[in-house]
Amino acid sequence: MGEVIVITSGKGGVGKTTTTANLGTGLALQGKKTVLIDTDIGLRNLDVVMGLENRIVYDLVDVVEGTCRVKQALIKDKRFDGLYLLPAAQTRDKNAVSPAQMEKLCAELKEEFDFVLIDCPAGIEQGFKNAIAGADKAYVVTTPEVSAVRDADRIIGLLEANDIRNPKLIVNRLRPDMVRRGDMMTIDDILDILAIDLLGVIPDDENIIISTNRGEPAVADSKSQAGLAYRNITRRILGEEIPFIDLAARHSLFTRMKKLFGFKPA
Amino acid sequence: MMDLLKLLMRKKENSKDIAKERLKLVLIHDRSTFSPQFLEMVKGEIIKVIQKYMEVDEELLDIQLTKTTSDDGERVIPALVANIPIRSMKQGIR
Repeated sequence: MGEVIVITSGKGGVGKTTTTANLGTGLALQGKKTVLIDTDIGLRNLDVVMGLENRIVYDLVDVVEGTCRVKQALIKDKRFDGLYLLPAAQTRDKNAVSPAQMEKLCAELKEEFDFVLIDCPAGIEQGFKNAIAGADKAYVVTTPEVSAVRDADRIIGLLEANDIRNPKLIVNRLRPDMVRRGDMMTIDDILDILAIDLLGVIPDDENIIISTNRGEPAVADSKSQAGLAYRNITRRILGEEIPFIDLAARHSLFTRMKKLFGFKPA
Repeated sequence: MMDLLKLLMRKKENSKDIAKERLKLVLIHDRSTFSPQFLEMVKGEIIKVIQKYMEVDEELLDIQLTKTTSDDGERVIPALVANIPIRSMKQGIR
């Protein structure tokens, strides 16, 4: 019996889809049979981020409407053993699927897969309700910005109201240089405000854009900083104790010394 | 000498601290389910009760949902703060 995990954020553009793609690929690389479900009906993107856009035949709406069997709609990722994608429909809207249908689908999929990762659309309306309906757990993605943290707080409240307890936080696009000069909230600041457990921190990394351009998740790129962060999260999901790397700490002693002597902090 | 000291002491507030403060405040409002109408209703009722006993300046009356530190000093919690300027006590009430 597998686990259904929804990846959500409230705010758009913080990296839900990228996170879903990377964690899914990471789990598959660790030998776990994983399926990714894109629930952003009408605005599907997980397919392009995964580089599987040319292989779509059936989609999520076809499955819930009974046009095809689940197996027929699942796209097998030939690069990563055990990784599958169930794409969203592009020409329908969020109301084409109901929470009850999602619950049934998730229950069916977790019989066969170790992990079912659900890429949630932005917002708190129907699409969000569908995405969380069958979820056992939730990962909340945020960036160190007031708008994203505020929306994350709202989402955490809504998850708890829907009996999805103890969501875990992923802080995306952290800029260590900005944290060091006091122009970006630290991880501790964000945890202090949101009061949930941290699952991982992804540094801002241009490799994400490059890998998305190519349709190859960064988690498989050994040289990418963000890829390493995603690999660490994957291992934490599987129960390993991986220490958090303090991305901003590298020059902190040096900076403090400079401050002590009255220089403007770098 | 004072200038030099001032220069050394001067500390521009970090933008991340401003962000954190603003977030904390906005979340108090987000987390409470009070609507502005609700606050207006509370305000109206409070004025009604107080006016039985004293004359208050309704213009300067200020009721806000804000934050305070909990008794154990560990959490920031929402608080209803009312600032009600009294003009005079009503006669005959002791």
